[in-house]
Amino acid sequence: MATKSVKQIVDFCQEIYADLDFTRARQWKEAEPGRKVIGYMPVYVPREIIHAAGMLPLGILGGGADMEVIHGDAYYQSYICRIPRSTIDLAITGKLDFVDGMLFPSICDVIRNLTGIWQLMFKEKYVRYFDTPQNFRDEIGGRFYAHELGELRADLEELAGRKISDAQLNRSIAVYNENREWVNRVYDYRSATPWKAPAFEVYLLMRAGMVLPPEEHSALLRDYLAAAEAEDRPLRDNCRVVMTGSFCEQPPLNLIKSIELAGCYIVDDDFMLVNRWLLEEVPTDGDPLANLCRAFLHHSAETAAKYEADMEKKGSYLLGLIEKRGAEGVIFAAPSFCDPALLDQPMIVRRVAERNIPYITMQYAENSGQMQPIREQAGTFADSIKLWSAS
Amino acid sequence: MRTFIGIDLGSTTTKAVLMDENREILGRGITNSRSNYDVAAAVTKQEAKIAARFTLFKQQLGTAGGVEALLEDLERSFRLEQFLTELKQLEETCDGYLDQPRFKENKAALREALAPIFRAIEAEAPQIYARGAERKSDFFRDLAGARFMNIAGKVAKESDISFETLLNIYDKSIIDVESLVPADEEVGRQMLKGLARALQDASDVAISETEARAALTRVLAIELEETYVVGTGYGRIRLPFPKEHIRSEILCHGLGAHMMFPETRTVLDIGGQDTKGIQVDENGIVTNFQMNDRCAAGCGRYLGYIADEMNIGLHELGPMAMKATRALRINSTCTVFAGAELRDRLSLGEDRAEILAGLHRSIILRAMSILSRAGGVHDQFTFTGGVAKNQAAVRELRKLVQENYGDVTINISAASIYTGALGGASFAHRAVN
Amino acid sequence: MSQDVVKSPSQLKQKEMIRRNYDKITSGEVKVSSTFVPGNLNELLMCFDIANNLPEINAIQNGMRKKSGEMIVEAERSGHSEDVCTYVKADIGMMARGNIAPNGKPMPDPDLLLLSYTGCFTFMKWFELLREEYRCPTVMLHVPYAADGRPTQNMRDYIVKQLKEEVIPTLEQVSGIKFDIDRLREYLRKSARAEDDLVWMLEQAKRKPSPIDCYFGGVYYMGPIFTAFRGTDDAIEYYRLLRAEIEQRIEQGLGAMTPEGDMPEEKYRLVVEGPPNWTSFRDFWKMFYEEGAVVVASSYTKVGGVYDYDGFRHDPEHPLESLADYCLGVYTNRNLPTRVDMLARNVIEYEADGLLINSIKSCNSFSAGQLVMMREVEKLTGKPAAFIETDLVDPRYFSAANVKNRLESYFQMIDQKRRAGGSGPAAPATMNKRS
Repeated sequence: MATKSVKQIVDFCQEIYADLDFTRARQWKEAEPGRKVIGYMPVYVPREIIHAAGMLPLGILGGGADMEVIHGDAYYQSYICRIPRSTIDLAITGKLDFVDGMLFPSICDVIRNLTGIWQLMFKEKYVRYFDTPQNFRDEIGGRFYAHELGELRADLEELAGRKISDAQLNRSIAVYNENREWVNRVYDYRSATPWKAPAFEVYLLMRAGMVLPPEEHSALLRDYLAAAEAEDRPLRDNCRVVMTGSFCEQPPLNLIKSIELAGCYIVDDDFMLVNRWLLEEVPTDGDPLANLCRAFLHHSAETAAKYEADMEKKGSYLLGLIEKRGAEGVIFAAPSFCDPALLDQPMIVRRVAERNIPYITMQYAENSGQMQPIREQAGTFADSIKLWSAS
Repeated sequence: MRTFIGIDLGSTTTKAVLMDENREILGRGITNSRSNYDVAAAVTKQEAKIAARFTLFKQQLGTAGGVEALLEDLERSFRLEQFLTELKQLEETCDGYLDQPRFKENKAALREALAPIFRAIEAEAPQIYARGAERKSDFFRDLAGARFMNIAGKVAKESDISFETLLNIYDKSIIDVESLVPADEEVGRQMLKGLARALQDASDVAISETEARAALTRVLAIELEETYVVGTGYGRIRLPFPKEHIRSEILCHGLGAHMMFPETRTVLDIGGQDTKGIQVDENGIVTNFQMNDRCAAGCGRYLGYIADEMNIGLHELGPMAMKATRALRINSTCTVFAGAELRDRLSLGEDRAEILAGLHRSIILRAMSILSRAGGVHDQFTFTGGVAKNQAAVRELRKLVQENYGDVTINISAASIYTGALGGASFAHRAVN
Repeated sequence: MSQDVVKSPSQLKQKEMIRRNYDKITSGEVKVSSTFVPGNLNELLMCFDIANNLPEINAIQNGMRKKSGEMIVEAERSGHSEDVCTYVKADIGMMARGNIAPNGKPMPDPDLLLLSYTGCFTFMKWFELLREEYRCPTVMLHVPYAADGRPTQNMRDYIVKQLKEEVIPTLEQVSGIKFDIDRLREYLRKSARAEDDLVWMLEQAKRKPSPIDCYFGGVYYMGPIFTAFRGTDDAIEYYRLLRAEIEQRIEQGLGAMTPEGDMPEEKYRLVVEGPPNWTSFRDFWKMFYEEGAVVVASSYTKVGGVYDYDGFRHDPEHPLESLADYCLGVYTNRNLPTRVDMLARNVIEYEADGLLINSIKSCNSFSAGQLVMMREVEKLTGKPAAFIETDLVDPRYFSAANVKNRLESYFQMIDQKRRAGGSGPAAPATMNKRS
């Protein structure tokens, strides 16, 4: 087997990233009759169940930096973030016509209401608001959630025209366990040698996971690790930062590049959290839904869309990442008008500040065009961290 | 005769349209809105009447040889007369201010300084209105102001009087002069004087001086009865009319567009302060409308801001953007951020024309959103407002309408600035008939 | 409700109720729980003698007294984004300024934050933020979103279980009072009585002229049932008085009450979607009544509970289940198709001229999707709709000229259509779709 170069892999991912027609997902669907594609939005859906139904989970993350939104603004006021308007624009211009169903996770009221827009506008499609519990006790939130998962399973069975067996679910759980493992390895690798795995490359790799079947994505990640290791890249005098707040509407790729070029290695982030939402391996035997349920309740990442019942634990996920990655600072990068990120931010900032961890805050939209202020801000931040650590 | 008048009070200019009983447009008038809406409304109404008298005069003269040229000469001569009258008023007003305590001490010197300024402007005046001469503005304030500044600067240099003092006197006086509304008699006198002047220069006119004079006298004798006046526009709440004479600008725009292009179903108006998407039915009745939200993103003001940012005239933007063969993507329709993005792009060495093309595209994209919000574009589509004069904006609009709604007839009238006033006049007509 | 008109018995009664409640909260003699209007568990709190303090209402009070602007700026200065809900920022700003209650006395720190997470994402973050300041017990009641139009048994069970195992134990702990379900039943019985009169009141707006305004007037009429009085004798008494007053208006053939007296002529009947603006409430209202526009139904008067649409009443026979159904059914917890159906039915049943949407910058729960709702209601009713944009308590987002301009255009459009015999809304233009 000829090994692929980093460039080949990244170009491949870049193509997937830039393709708003989702050609790869269309090809997957057309390859065999009866295949179905289920779209989902951030932050988390149990892709294992979709996969077990023989369907392709397709992550929809808005229209990106280059899409001209023409009709989307007719659906949203100017004070609402950009991701729903570009998503609706994708839908009404036919770019999602091959998608058989949509899952809208409970991240905020805007995405919640997008469920209703879909119900009103695309009546022939399967639509589900995927609610996750904010109570994390097994017998309360757990029971509710297990039931919700059961409903999702039943819905998808109906859509697929066949039952989803526990064995199939357990196999899919294993596939995603493996995928998460490779994802985590890439993150670990980047943290250990950030000059060998630039943030924008890792970002593109993770984006590919929104479109590719998980098995293919895992192989891609494996190839990348081998290719990156083989490549000789110069170490730069950058500081190490964790980027947080970008869990839903995505920053433009140029923003990620700009931050790194300005002197900050991004050693962890919360982009596409669905890839890493479950923090531990999910058991592949026993009751698969109960296992997914427990994983969600007790071993899932923290983000602003999730209630933290224990105030003392608020922010612990981020603080844990900072420690684990040896990060020297935090960049709070939130989309404009993002209720979860912006409302949560003061609380997390407080915890970071209390620990004397340097941080900056910035706001973006998926189509932000100006990078000069970002470069300046990140550059100054990098310099100040270096001065800080030197003193 | 019975006439129906619509007045559209805009934030920068006030427009009037006057129509007769048969809904024929007899005259249009425009003036700067000043800070006094009452005066602006009265002045523009008088301007529309003046235009109406020209129309009536033309009808009187018929199609005899040389009439076209004579009418043109008359118009210029009349404007010159108007200018001279206002100049005289300005001089008298300036003189009046010299009695104020802060100028009184220097009265003689000031008078001595002012006199040559006015004489010079007076002497230049015929050139301003000479055949083929280009005027930067039709408003007295702009024309007289520019010359006053210029000459006062020179006068100040040669005397002990400071330029600021002269400017101060001018500033006070021009406001007073602008608040004067010319009386009908005054207008009649100016027209007759103008005719005399025009006839002096005329050659090959198939109508005798006496005939022409008689015809004009007949026209001036016609009473233009203000049967019904409807006001609209940005400042319409302060229009000097009772409430039932006021119509929303949305409705006036819809009806005005219908009057100009009866097959109109969708209207886009991009003005300085707002952008409107309007749907009308076959009778010109508004069935749906949307406006831009609170912020002025993507309105005409956006282009003004860009022009300021680039230190060029607003009217130069379009032609410059037309030079580009592609448009760079500009993401900010926010007037504040667009300036920053513009500077950012220029500093990166990107092509100025392409950036400008991108800026025009972004304003039109914003308009497309408002149209989409208002129910889309239906055939025929009429584009009005100041931005409709901008070729680069029109080019992008045509492209985007074609891409999104297919083949649609796009109407742009040269008189599109009068759309709201025309709708108002039609409402005035409907109110009575 | 007005300084220009003599207050009616119901108005005096309400004023007195509010005053007493603030006095109770600020007395220091009772335990106080902060909680939210939608999905508020007032009857349950009463079982534990806990006073109910509603930060949204405080924000509204501060908005109407023109104090919210500086409070919001205060919160923004301390790191809160300009983009987020101004209720939250007004509340945080109020705290920073000494937390003075509308009665002029300092607000005591709450003994409990009862986070009824119902129909609004921001609620969750709001009380997480307050918890940082007060460091008091906080209990979350997660009410799932009724995304498919009707609540499922699973959702109901989940809420009841939370009530039993999270909320009630916490309330017992904070108050030291043992839960008595019969006491709850008694309060719920009283709630239902007041709710009957409330629904009667709402439906009187079907009359022509409508004796009430169901938006600007409506916010006052809804006050007791939405806040700290549901389940009390006071609320029953208030609605009894109100009913008598409305009956009298009907008898006299009077139109809606306005701050400047009775509306002389009812020219336009509107259904309104979305909360009002509070900082310019009176000016906003005036733009309607001076044009002869009365609001015959509004979704905002369903924000603290929907009682007319599907006949919900608090049910003493199934106390906890009924609280669960109440929470699940509040307006903002309902999906968009249901909201469209409610509004369209209102337009038709109340013979309105159309739907007006007041889109609120702060409130995505209401606002996200309203433009689609507007088109759907237009399609269903054939009546024209209009769209205006303001904010709750941030004076920076109320542009009077802009709002007035749109309202006048809308009223005149209705006029014009009436005269032309009414032409329906334009059909949506076809868009070039990807083939």
